[in-house]
Amino acid sequence: MSISDAERLKALVSRRVPPLGGFNLTFLYLEMRRLVRNRRTVILTLVMPIALFFLFRSSRRLGGANTAELTASTMIGIGVYGAMLAATAGGALVSVERALGWSRQLRLTPLRPVAYIAIKLLNAMLLGLVSVALVYAAGVIDGVHMSTQTWVLTGVLAWAAALVFASFGLFIGYLMPSENVMQVIGPVLAVFALVGGLFIPIRLLPTTIQDVAPYMPPYGVAQIARFPLVGGSFDVTWILSLVLWTAAFSAGAMYLFRRDTRRT
Amino acid sequence: MWVYVCGRTMNQAIAPPALDVVRLEGVHRSFGAVRAVDGIDLRVELGEIAALLGPNGAGKTTTIDMILGLGKPDRGTVRVLGMKPDAAVGRGLVSAVMQTGGLLKDLTVGETVRLTATLFADSRPAGEVLERAGIANIADRLVGKCSGGQQQRLRFALALLPDPALMVLDEPTAGMDVEGRRDFWTAIRRDADLGRTILFATHYLEEADAYADRIILLRQGRIVADGTAAEIRNMSTGRSVRATLPGAEPATLRGLPGVLSVELRGDRVIIQTTDSDSVARNLLTNTPARDLEIVAHNLEDAFLALTGDGAATPVEGAKEA
Repeated sequence: MSISDAERLKALVSRRVPPLGGFNLTFLYLEMRRLVRNRRTVILTLVMPIALFFLFRSSRRLGGANTAELTASTMIGIGVYGAMLAATAGGALVSVERALGWSRQLRLTPLRPVAYIAIKLLNAMLLGLVSVALVYAAGVIDGVHMSTQTWVLTGVLAWAAALVFASFGLFIGYLMPSENVMQVIGPVLAVFALVGGLFIPIRLLPTTIQDVAPYMPPYGVAQIARFPLVGGSFDVTWILSLVLWTAAFSAGAMYLFRRDTRRT
Repeated sequence: MWVYVCGRTMNQAIAPPALDVVRLEGVHRSFGAVRAVDGIDLRVELGEIAALLGPNGAGKTTTIDMILGLGKPDRGTVRVLGMKPDAAVGRGLVSAVMQTGGLLKDLTVGETVRLTATLFADSRPAGEVLERAGIANIADRLVGKCSGGQQQRLRFALALLPDPALMVLDEPTAGMDVEGRRDFWTAIRRDADLGRTILFATHYLEEADAYADRIILLRQGRIVADGTAAEIRNMSTGRSVRATLPGAEPATLRGLPGVLSVELRGDRVIIQTTDSDSVARNLLTNTPARDLEIVAHNLEDAFLALTGDGAATPVEGAKEA
């Protein structure tokens, strides 16, 4: 080995590892652009909730009195639905990336799996925020009236649904390595939303469905989000629902994520 | 405080540059009952271009995965520049061009490179690696619209980003046409001339012969030969002596000097031997053999002899035609 080789080796082994496990804002930005470029994702997570809002607000005719509050309530419910769709879609993108072998490619870079998941979660949360904002914009156009405080509070709480479902999306993404995972879980989410009382007020649903509703994943978060609008008594089981479902999905996602990235 | 000092001392002990870019010692890895890698010792030095050559299932990909930190050996150690593989990957010291997949169809070529570049502590400029991989002209094209050869050169561009000491290629030209293959290897060769260490797996003999300085022949998870193409050719079991010899007795022929195997095809007898002169002399003087030929082996014969099904038992019985 010549001296120059020795020098070269010395320079090589003293190279740096990137900070934050490779997490960086350019990556986050490019990931976001990818998400928005996907027409199917945009229609599913941003356009459809708005369409649903204009469809289901007609249910105020069924509700009888206090139609203004009912429209606002429907808007919040659909905001929750938008957040959960967007967050699930964002999280479930890992399935596409695993199917394409991109996750494997990333393992040949300094990016740590935890940083990768953090980027995916942030992206899912951001998309969820945009979805809620768009539904609320539709509400403004439709003439929903709430105090500024209620607008902000219900919006932020609806966005909390993204937290529950980003981990759900990751869980599903690791469960099913497929390029069209959203086609499979889209209908599941619609059932969750319908039975959980997001589209139509629970009291207007058949009694059997009313009994099941509290066990649906979006139920707790939707009730909490509507609380600033509806008022009344606060039910602690709502928080329990939110916490338990988030914990369950996160645990599932963590388990599958560990299994996937373990260097066996 | 003591622990801190101790840690420092240990780091300093590791710090002197390792001699080898790749070092495998007693590496084993099984999948269930299958011994994919069954005791490999290997050193690859700075600047070498080495080919891992072997038939499917010889353990090439398993070996490569362990060098890249994608898999762990059951036993033995794998070091890249004296580090554990994932530490080397984290520092951008080793990169890889994998066979297929690993690209996002909804990004453009340029975006893929820019995105990957953000992941390294230090990275070459995107424009430079695109240029060197010969795909600067298609930077704005969506990956999904690129040909197989273009996608492979994109993988190569990504692998160039950290300016790695070692580049690993796993069957890099599988599924490419002749021209794509030649262009790809031209780019690799140009890069290797700048002093990069290259380790590639292939089952194309010509590829190993044409582009590697050193061929490591794998069979059933073990190294069966390791040397230059010329050396491997010579390692092939000598020469074959062929003659027409009606009623030949394989048992007798097997007793001749240096005979490795005897095969009968009708009246024709084919004898693999390390001492073709003695066998020929014997056949011509002691038997009615005629039409005698002595044939030297080429690399393909060596490959087949060293990696074929019968290779475990060099002295094999006669096959009755």
